Amino acid sequence: MFKDITIGQYIEGNSFIHKMDARVKILLSLIYIVILFLISTPVAYALVFLLTAFLVWLSKLPVKYIIKGLKPMLYILIFTSILNLFMTGGGDVLWTCPFLPSLKITEQGLKTAILMVLRLSLLVVVTSLLTLTTSPLMLTDGIEKLLKPFEIIKVPAHEIAMMMTIAIRFIPTLSEETEKIIKAQTARGADFESGNILKRAKAMIPLLVPLFISAFRRADDLAVAMDSRCYHGGKNRTRMKQMKMTWRDGVAAIVLVLASVLLLAI
Amino acid sequence: MIKVTNLSYIYQQGMPFEETALSDISFEIPDGDFVAIIGHTGSGKSTLIQHLNALIKPTKGKIEINGVDITAPDVDLRAVRRDVGLVFQYPEHQLFEETVYKDIAFGPKNMGLSDDEIRQRVLDAMHFVGLSEDLLEKSPFELSGGQKRRVAIAGVLSMRPKVLILDEPTAGLDPKGRDEILNQLVTLHKENENMTIIFVSHSMEDVAMLANNVLVMNKGKLAMKGSVADVFERSAELREMGLDVPQITELTHRLIAAGVDIRPDIYTVKFASEIFAELLKEAENV
Ligand SMILES: Nc1ncnc2c1ncn2[C@@H]1O[C@H](COP(=O)(O)OP(=O)(O)OP(=O)(O)O)[C@@H](O)[C@H]1O
Ligand SMILES: [Mg+2]
Repeated sequence: MFKDITIGQYIEGNSFIHKMDARVKILLSLIYIVILFLISTPVAYALVFLLTAFLVWLSKLPVKYIIKGLKPMLYILIFTSILNLFMTGGGDVLWTCPFLPSLKITEQGLKTAILMVLRLSLLVVVTSLLTLTTSPLMLTDGIEKLLKPFEIIKVPAHEIAMMMTIAIRFIPTLSEETEKIIKAQTARGADFESGNILKRAKAMIPLLVPLFISAFRRADDLAVAMDSRCYHGGKNRTRMKQMKMTWRDGVAAIVLVLASVLLLAI
Repeated sequence: MIKVTNLSYIYQQGMPFEETALSDISFEIPDGDFVAIIGHTGSGKSTLIQHLNALIKPTKGKIEINGVDITAPDVDLRAVRRDVGLVFQYPEHQLFEETVYKDIAFGPKNMGLSDDEIRQRVLDAMHFVGLSEDLLEKSPFELSGGQKRRVAIAGVLSMRPKVLILDEPTAGLDPKGRDEILNQLVTLHKENENMTIIFVSHSMEDVAMLANNVLVMNKGKLAMKGSVADVFERSAELREMGLDVPQITELTHRLIAAGVDIRPDIYTVKFASEIFAELLKEAENV
């Protein structure tokens, strides 16, 4: 069940996007997301869609894989689009429910629903693109660097980055562990799928107890391992791999800024 | 009887991380057999045994257990898992109940048995793995590593499976704990003649001591199958796969190479000591 989640996974490669600097990638992704919420005309959306398709092509990642990442979002997408479809008023009424006259679809509602689905899908695609092409280590390094200036107002940049690194590092481990425990309990006749909510919640105990125990054990082990290698926080730590910006980052930044201006103008 | 035909399995098929774990494996295991599965790390042993109680569905191929095709879509999975008990590697990591009794009773309870029957089975299972009844009401988390392992094995035994499969049952135990668990497996097999036991092991000594037959896995393929003697005879091939023969076998082979006249099919220290005793006696008589 965790295998469908592509956000947070990383696929090695050496495409243009893979080679970009993590900091630039994060910043540009943020700008992209802001733009996504500022635009509203169909033409602008069409352009953003094209831009995103171009980025996916540039990353040389299998398209199938990107689409797969949208799967876990399916219910949220359906839910929000239905909500928007019926709850947004304005414009011509396109359809009225024969049994419930207050339930109707308006032109505005249809428009909002479509835009919302597009917006969310593109959001997921771009964030997946960021994490799929940036190794978790680079990603958190990038975040740390970007947060550095905020240390003046007491933002613990290094600690935040370290916590994120550890959390990301343990996603595959814990999902592997979960899968293993599910299998082991299934072998003893446990049933995680049938029954009402209460029964299902109870059925989770044989999974959750061992999972928590193993998570705590791992946390403990990690703390000891870090201690024994003299880890003492961020002060004066240097990096083995220095981040460097190249012409790629410049080109990407210029393209995105020009695209933003264009998109906001129409 | 377990019959596996042309079994193949691919992890994460269609994804960039696709990995062929098993390819075209066929074998048969008769009832009451004691089988060891050996192979280098990553050779597909754990993947293979998870197929035998339908925790994993094969990508290709067929698995029959006592004539029932467990890969069929309409198969009763609960019945399959009742008949084929699987003890995972480090099974103590799946303990969760407040007391040892409740944890061992988890399987029988899921089978919908009566309280009396459950109690009987729990006590029997504890007896089999050599746990004393004083521990019944203790928390499983207070026990030692070896004891936890036994509680976990008892949790599968209490379902009274016809086939018992164990993935590296002695991994991470000290020599004493290891010997105890292995001896209990031998006893279990003696007392239940029809029970098939399959175990994965990295120790050639354990394999020689326990098993009748051996399956050798190499890079997802079944490289050899046969009796312990058949397999250990091919020591050169085993070494190529990153495996080995028991140390005592290695020793006798070296003695043979040095000109001592002894039989080459010695796999356990016990048997070797008998042979060596005879040899010494002969030497004294000369
Ligand atoms: N959940 C999984 N997802 C993807 N690949 C896996 C998974 N489990 C195992 N594999 C891969 O399948 C192959 C066989 O693994 P398996 O665990 O069956 O080996 P094994 O013989 O049990 O090894 P070991 O002796 O280390 O336990 C390995 O290459 C492994 O990387
Ligand atoms: Mg294994």
